[in-house]
Amino acid sequence: MGRAISRRWPWLAAASALAVLPHLPGLSTNFGRSLLSQMGIAALFALSYNVLLGQTGLLSFGHAVYFGLGGYVAMHLLRAVDGGLPVPVPLVPLAGALGGLFFGVLFGSVTTRRAHTVFALISLGIGELVYAATLMLPSFFGGEEGITANRSRGPRLFGLTFAPQIEVYFVIAAWVLLSAALLHRFTRTPVGRMCNAVRDNPERAEFVGYNTQRIRFIAFCVAATFAGLAGGLHALNYEIVASEAVSPARSGNVILMAFCGGTGNFIGPVLGAAVITWLQVSLSDYTSAWLLYLGIFFLALVLFAPGGLSAIVLSQAALLRTRAAGALLKGYSMALLPVMAMAAGAAMLIEMPYRMSTQPELGTRMRLFGHHWDAATPWPWLLALALIGAGLWLLRRAWPVVVAARQLGARSRD
Amino acid sequence: MLELVTVSLLNGLVYGLLLFMLSSGLTLIFSMMGVLNFAHASLFMLGAYFSYQLGRFIGFCPALVVAPLLCAGIGAAVERYGLRHVHRHGAVAELLFTFGLVYLFEELVIMLWGRNAVAYGVPPSIDFPLFSVFGGSFPAYKGLMMAISVTMFVSLWLALKRTRIGLVVQAALTHPQAVRALGHDVSAVFVLIFALGSGMAGLAGVIGGFALLTAPTMADAVGPIVFVVVVVGGLGSLGGAFMASMLIGVVQTFAVAIDASPLDMMSRLHLTVARGSLLYDFLAVKIAQAAPTLPYVLLVLMLIVRPRGFLGTRD
Repeated sequence: MGRAISRRWPWLAAASALAVLPHLPGLSTNFGRSLLSQMGIAALFALSYNVLLGQTGLLSFGHAVYFGLGGYVAMHLLRAVDGGLPVPVPLVPLAGALGGLFFGVLFGSVTTRRAHTVFALISLGIGELVYAATLMLPSFFGGEEGITANRSRGPRLFGLTFAPQIEVYFVIAAWVLLSAALLHRFTRTPVGRMCNAVRDNPERAEFVGYNTQRIRFIAFCVAATFAGLAGGLHALNYEIVASEAVSPARSGNVILMAFCGGTGNFIGPVLGAAVITWLQVSLSDYTSAWLLYLGIFFLALVLFAPGGLSAIVLSQAALLRTRAAGALLKGYSMALLPVMAMAAGAAMLIEMPYRMSTQPELGTRMRLFGHHWDAATPWPWLLALALIGAGLWLLRRAWPVVVAARQLGARSRD
Repeated sequence: MLELVTVSLLNGLVYGLLLFMLSSGLTLIFSMMGVLNFAHASLFMLGAYFSYQLGRFIGFCPALVVAPLLCAGIGAAVERYGLRHVHRHGAVAELLFTFGLVYLFEELVIMLWGRNAVAYGVPPSIDFPLFSVFGGSFPAYKGLMMAISVTMFVSLWLALKRTRIGLVVQAALTHPQAVRALGHDVSAVFVLIFALGSGMAGLAGVIGGFALLTAPTMADAVGPIVFVVVVVGGLGSLGGAFMASMLIGVVQTFAVAIDASPLDMMSRLHLTVARGSLLYDFLAVKIAQAAPTLPYVLLVLMLIVRPRGFLGTRD
């Protein structure tokens, strides 16, 4: 009984959080709710991707294919519902899942023949092929403008029309939670465990008597199914699916989300999806160079923290529970100011040329950090360099404190 | 008909050689280090931008030398300060690192040169007709493209087969541990190979930049095709990469020239398909329109028939 509760409480907590979130101040607006819906869809998409990357060790560069094609299939069903087909609207995303599964079986039987690098390149090729096909076959994909439908024309369910964002949000939240539970369950099944074996040591898995190609295929189909479900939710949320949904850019995006969040534990991709969706929505208001920042952030993670954000959070939380917590906090507070100065300097060095090359018509005068600068003069450039230099100098004095505290923490854990 | 065949064949040859310049560098790096440099096409793009910028300061001919050297320097830095540290996290981390570089290079190019294509035209010194075939003229810059790529392969081949360092490189390709045990600096060889491959991509960018469009989307346009080439040829095989480059170059150039769809051919045989159906859409696609997808179709066919590629050794 006690074990059952301790196993279930994270899910109950997640369910209550999902129920409360859209009513919190700041998120209870239409914008907040649509942001939450977007995050939920991205989270499910990233979770499905992690079945490949984290669980099976398959790096796919074309996962948006199953997301987008699932979205198209769901959209066609939604159009049929508009036309009078008596299917409840909340069940429409299931068509997306079936579509994802169908194309997963179709393409997966070819792509999963190989692993590692070749698999990555084939998935890229399929992604490009499908993306090109969406533009060439207008009767199914609707060409560049895509296909649309109206989600509020279906049969009413308990008096709900699904026109308001909050009702769609709850449909999305329910599907995401259910899928997350299923995907989590999948990691505990024998097949899910064999995926780990195929990731870590394919020769040995084969020697024990498993067909690695088959295991990869199963994992691929599971991932494609849930990606299709996410695509179906996307169709329901936006009421439009266009070729952008299968684009290589979206495939790249899900890699960033899953990896930045952390592929090593189950909740990582959800974290990454939430953070990156939020960054995309909020940062793009302030700077058009946000993709550059995201790229730098991604590279820094690959180099220094391959476990992603979730691993950073977990390791810091563990350190803060040791007796080194005080010293660690002191070190971090010493490092905070120099790091911020360096970041501000670097941001200036990026923003000024970026603005001048992408929007030359606006001239060299610009507003950064609440102050007006003229990039034609040397002063802002010198200031940026000075900020970076001073930050670096201060950081070199603060960093040994952090390192010492970490070592202390690591020792006291042993 | 003969005119179409000759012109397409010549253009296909130019394009195929350009693809081989890219895929050979990629193959060299891969077979040496087991790393597929996802940012290879980004270095191609940087080569084009560098030579555009340098060409305005110092002229095209010096830029032809300096731009690839800059790309080689960037490649060396990527290996020395990036990939070498990621290596301990495994092959997927290496791929992800080079994948992140694609974003970085694309955004840096936008930061320095803007989102629109730059006016990197054919330099006037090589913009004259070389010879004429069937009334049309074959421009000198295409001749130069062919000459440069062929020269590069011959010198690369000679360097690999006839010099001492080439011998070490060849040995390090298959037996890095043994070469290291013999006292050679394999790490330096890795940097050298990465620089060499990047420099080749940069050189391809210099001569490809004015034939294609020099824009921030350039890497995304060429990259996937180069990856198809190396997979279809057999990952790690230079000969296979050559065959696949030529095949894709020629097939794609021919396809672009064919302004007809399967539907047109069927209508000649008095067969009709209902308008508005998916099958109709499929058959109505003109071959010229479908040309960009042909490499990927070839990739899928190859995987079904022969998963290891033309000359690949490992399955």
